[in-house]
Amino acid sequence: MTAIRNCGFGCALLGAIALSGTAANAAEQITFVSQGGAYQQAQTVAILDPSAKKLGITINQDSIPDAWPAIKTQVGSGKPIWDVVDTPTGYCLRGGEQGLIEKLDFSKIPNAAAMPEAYRSPYSVSYEFYSSVLAFSQKTFPKDAPNSWADFWDVKKFPGRRALRNHPIATLEAALMADGVAPDKLYPLDVDRAFRKLEEIKPHITVWWTSGAQSAQLLNDGEVDMEMAWNGRVSAVAKEGAKVAFTYNQGILQSTSLCILKGAPNLATAVKFLNEAVDPVHQANLPLHIDYGPGNPKAFETGVIKPERAAQLPSEPANAAKQALMSYAWWSSSAGEAAEKRWASFMQK
Amino acid sequence: MLALVSPALLVILALIVLPVGWLAWQSIYHDGFTLENYRRVFTEDIYWRSFALTFEISLAVTLIALLLGYPVAYLANALPKGWSILILSLVVLPFWTSVLVRAYAWLVLLQRSGVINQFLRHLEWISEPLALVHNTFGTVVATVHILLPFMVLPLYATMQKIPNELMQAGASLGASPSLTFVRVFLPLSLPGVLAGCTMVFVLCLGFYITPELLGGGRTVMVSMLVSRNVELYNQFGAASAVAVVLLLSVLAIFFVVSRFISLDRVLGQK
Repeated sequence: MTAIRNCGFGCALLGAIALSGTAANAAEQITFVSQGGAYQQAQTVAILDPSAKKLGITINQDSIPDAWPAIKTQVGSGKPIWDVVDTPTGYCLRGGEQGLIEKLDFSKIPNAAAMPEAYRSPYSVSYEFYSSVLAFSQKTFPKDAPNSWADFWDVKKFPGRRALRNHPIATLEAALMADGVAPDKLYPLDVDRAFRKLEEIKPHITVWWTSGAQSAQLLNDGEVDMEMAWNGRVSAVAKEGAKVAFTYNQGILQSTSLCILKGAPNLATAVKFLNEAVDPVHQANLPLHIDYGPGNPKAFETGVIKPERAAQLPSEPANAAKQALMSYAWWSSSAGEAAEKRWASFMQK
Repeated sequence: MLALVSPALLVILALIVLPVGWLAWQSIYHDGFTLENYRRVFTEDIYWRSFALTFEISLAVTLIALLLGYPVAYLANALPKGWSILILSLVVLPFWTSVLVRAYAWLVLLQRSGVINQFLRHLEWISEPLALVHNTFGTVVATVHILLPFMVLPLYATMQKIPNELMQAGASLGASPSLTFVRVFLPLSLPGVLAGCTMVFVLCLGFYITPELLGGGRTVMVSMLVSRNVELYNQFGAASAVAVVLLLSVLAIFFVVSRFISLDRVLGQK
């Protein structure tokens, strides 16, 4: 394995030399990877095409729902094909620690350097925000809807079927908030306390959902009366006419980030693209096409996003203030990994 | 002869032997030899629970498929050609629909606001919707539906080969139709029963989509452990160890079955 990695580095170096030799007469290009669907379409219009035009580069696109195994195999093989990946922030951090992701030089990425420190890491820059929110059926709760995780846990005051995500990330945070921990005092998570609180609600959970589409279906078909779901999924269901709503109160603000594969074939261009992709104006254009918030908070100062639109977005400052900002650093720490492993035995008991 | 089969052997080598070998290799080698992945599989009780649940579900699915499939195969065998073709096409028809679509179709039928619950409530047989899905029950129902053809076809093939004269002989010796069935037909159809059961059981052991979509998150079958371990341990070894144990269990089952009937019967239709 070590031998392969060494070769990987050597090959990447050779590749870089070979490329720099031809860069003068070939148009610069990168391969950018995101999660596909309407989300990648929205980025293409808002961020990718304008960035390509401004930098005079070609952006080849690829998409994959879960980039992590591919990052591992590509970098492990020594010859990655991708340059920049848009993936949940935790993977960028974990990849950085395992030598799969390039460390960033922020002096070359001024747009990111200007962002709040919590919005970047040595390996990644926040690209867009979404939130794990408490969503509910307005048919079941025409008024006095559940408005906090404590309400979600209160099965007497708010009877009804419930669903949570079959994953510890954001779920443990919700459990702690239900137990009275303030959103800004969550980390490091008290894992024992969180699991104790989850044991309480477990008998009342009808479904532990695994995909965003499933959470949307549950809400849309009235299969559950309240659930944790991603804000974009809930508003999509609401747009189609279902009587559902959600609150940002005690939401868990999560992000995907951009990071660059170790030994990326077009490293220099990839860094240039990274800076352009988090430019406040491009970032401000993203929420005009999809229900996700910009990764760069400066986007809200550009005037591109109308106030009524901004109010719907998870990372809008007033909304962000009601929520807990996920600490990916904690989740990729050994305590976080242990909590993730503990989830499996919690579910199967 | 060898020249004739060598392209096929090469394909098998390249597409099956090498990947499976690589998979097994990953489970014991990660920066040096390690049995850590297997230690985990054999000592942590979540693995034990998943394997037990998987075998329970597979057993239930196999028995239900046999109870449902045997009469169908019997009917297809007993009726004139035209009818049997119709019955068999109905059995095979769902093959042309994706497993994913059929799993969702079951969701539409079984969920709280689904067709069955609405119908039962309309009849006022129930006041509260029944929990038919997002649990092991829903998983078993959909899996039986998907695997039923694998039960019916080997049964039918075996029944076709039972000479009708034997039943007539039984009748001429004064046995009632039910006695002829129990004493003559049923024993002769047992190889088909074993073949169908083995197919369904083994296929069910590796099922992924139905428990994932209809299990409500609680029904964690072995295949789901495989996918979860890739995420959890960030290396393929942890997942491939689970896969290797499952593969060995399947081979063990085939080995035991082969002591009773020839494997050609299970896999082909000899």
